[in-house]
Amino acid sequence: MVILMIETVIAIGLPVRENLTIRKNRLQPVSARSNMPRISIVTGIHGDELEGQFVCYEVARRIECEKEKLKGIVDLYPCLNPLGMDAVYRNVPKTEIDMNRMFPGNTEGPVIEKVAAAIIADIAGSDVCIDLHSSDTFIREVPQVRLSEVWAEQLLPYAIHMNVDMIWKNATKTVDESTLGYSLNMLGTPTIVVEMGIGNHIDQKNGKQLADGIFQMMSHLGIWDEEPVQLRKPLVSKDSEIEFIRANASGVFLPSIAYHCEVEAGDKIGEVVHPLTGEIVQSYYAQNTGLVFSLREYPMVYAGSLLARIIKKSEEVI
Amino acid sequence: MFVDTICTYQSPYREDFTIKGYRFGKGDKAACILGPIRGNEIQQLYICSQLIKKLKELEANNCINSGKEIMVIPCVNHFSINTSSRFWAVDNTDINRMFPGTEYGDTTSRIARDVMDAIHEYTYGIQFASFYMSGEFVPHIRMMETGYQNTSLANLFGLPYVMVRKPKPIDTKTLNFNWQNEETAAFSVYTNRNDTIDPISARQAVSSVLRFLTRMGIVKYESHSGYISHIMKEEDLSNVYTKEAGIFHNYAKAGQEIRYGDLMAEITDPYEGNVLEKILAPTDGIVFFMQTEPLVNESDIVYRMIHRLHE
Repeated sequence: MVILMIETVIAIGLPVRENLTIRKNRLQPVSARSNMPRISIVTGIHGDELEGQFVCYEVARRIECEKEKLKGIVDLYPCLNPLGMDAVYRNVPKTEIDMNRMFPGNTEGPVIEKVAAAIIADIAGSDVCIDLHSSDTFIREVPQVRLSEVWAEQLLPYAIHMNVDMIWKNATKTVDESTLGYSLNMLGTPTIVVEMGIGNHIDQKNGKQLADGIFQMMSHLGIWDEEPVQLRKPLVSKDSEIEFIRANASGVFLPSIAYHCEVEAGDKIGEVVHPLTGEIVQSYYAQNTGLVFSLREYPMVYAGSLLARIIKKSEEVI
Repeated sequence: MFVDTICTYQSPYREDFTIKGYRFGKGDKAACILGPIRGNEIQQLYICSQLIKKLKELEANNCINSGKEIMVIPCVNHFSINTSSRFWAVDNTDINRMFPGTEYGDTTSRIARDVMDAIHEYTYGIQFASFYMSGEFVPHIRMMETGYQNTSLANLFGLPYVMVRKPKPIDTKTLNFNWQNEETAAFSVYTNRNDTIDPISARQAVSSVLRFLTRMGIVKYESHSGYISHIMKEEDLSNVYTKEAGIFHNYAKAGQEIRYGDLMAEITDPYEGNVLEKILAPTDGIVFFMQTEPLVNESDIVYRMIHRLHE
């Protein structure tokens, strides 16, 4: 039998008859002991990132189906930014602050910093934390783990269990200082940041893939009583080994390839066109053979807008 | 006066996004002044426009010292101002979290790089900035404690206060932090407003910059000597919190001297109108920051006070 406990991490009164409440669901066996291994699964820091919603649901569902296999504690935090998710807004509404730049927070600071501090305090001490992100609404991503250079070697043994297509070491933006992942790693809680899919959508295939990875991780941690198996061998790469293709002109981007495909050096990635004049402004080609793991979905572009990322074929496979 | 183009980006359907720099005088790159980076910094835009107007007059009267060059960038992000978006209108990124930027990065990272390339050689850098909490400040100079900060120089603006704050991780991507790392003596000037114009504090800001430029030997401008600034650290401010959420009635104003126990604000119930909380001053001191939103959360910081300071 599994005990489900919905707990409040923090609740703060909003101006008009409502509380901002961050909740978690703790799943544990009836015979839970305080020294049992614990995994925290966190998502919804950005209100437009919904892929983690399905993953949390799927993890809770599978545990309920095979509850006798649960041998540790699973904490599910499905929404750290409930106001943003409700308003279909990436940042924290009203403040316009990116919540994932507020960690580790401050118990004496403004409300958003207090919330961040409470979240950190609640998760810290987990044996592993998995921080699930979708991409934003502009770029579609294959399921991947992003590791800060600072923690890459330490976290790689965990990351390989996540059943992702690739592990990106030294990915700066999503794992830099002031993020939840970086702050928890600083406190000694190994935290894996996962990116997948695209904003405002749920791809159940991605979600099932990640859920498989989470159960594999739980098996390795002794939380799930099942023999661990290596499900998928991820490509592993550093920033310098990834090709970024960016627009150098403004217009509308029309991709020539499908998302998550392999390309040869010289293959056409797409073109930027101008609807007003009917002209092709620029065409873009792959410089390297490899896997397109990021592809632009939102078509309007400026110079600098990311169109695609390619992980070179020659990279290490674990 | 010369008007330079710092950078231009084409937009699919809007006119080109162009950042302009107004140069006064010729010679050493002495001082650079920057206006709004965010779309709600209307007061900052107004201040820069008044500064450019004043510098034009000074240049016409040969009051820019020879061998000294000043550049004013009155607006880094007019696209966001014109759409009332605080951040870059296309992807909601904050240019002031993109510094030092890279020429190979996202659009806003490229803009940050272009701006940095144009300003990094100036000896003194002045930014009219805004804070992420909505409210009114007492006019002051703010500096980050990077090891390069010089509070004695900040004092020469003659504003009432100079505040030094320890940078948080999030601050390492700001203009001010990176400007200091480029060895420019960088100052952020805060007046009492952001998204509305207060001509009085705007005039005070323009005067403070001209006073500083005069004292650094860059312009000739006769002005009042201003204040000998009170220098303080951000962590020394006393926060005043709410216990209740509701409608906020603020009675204490920024700059006001308060005695322990004075009534600073009330919070009333948003449905029934009764007073839920009376906020009393936790200490003697000066109100340095006040929250200006009509609604407050529980545990909000509504005032920040300079502990035990008197007028």
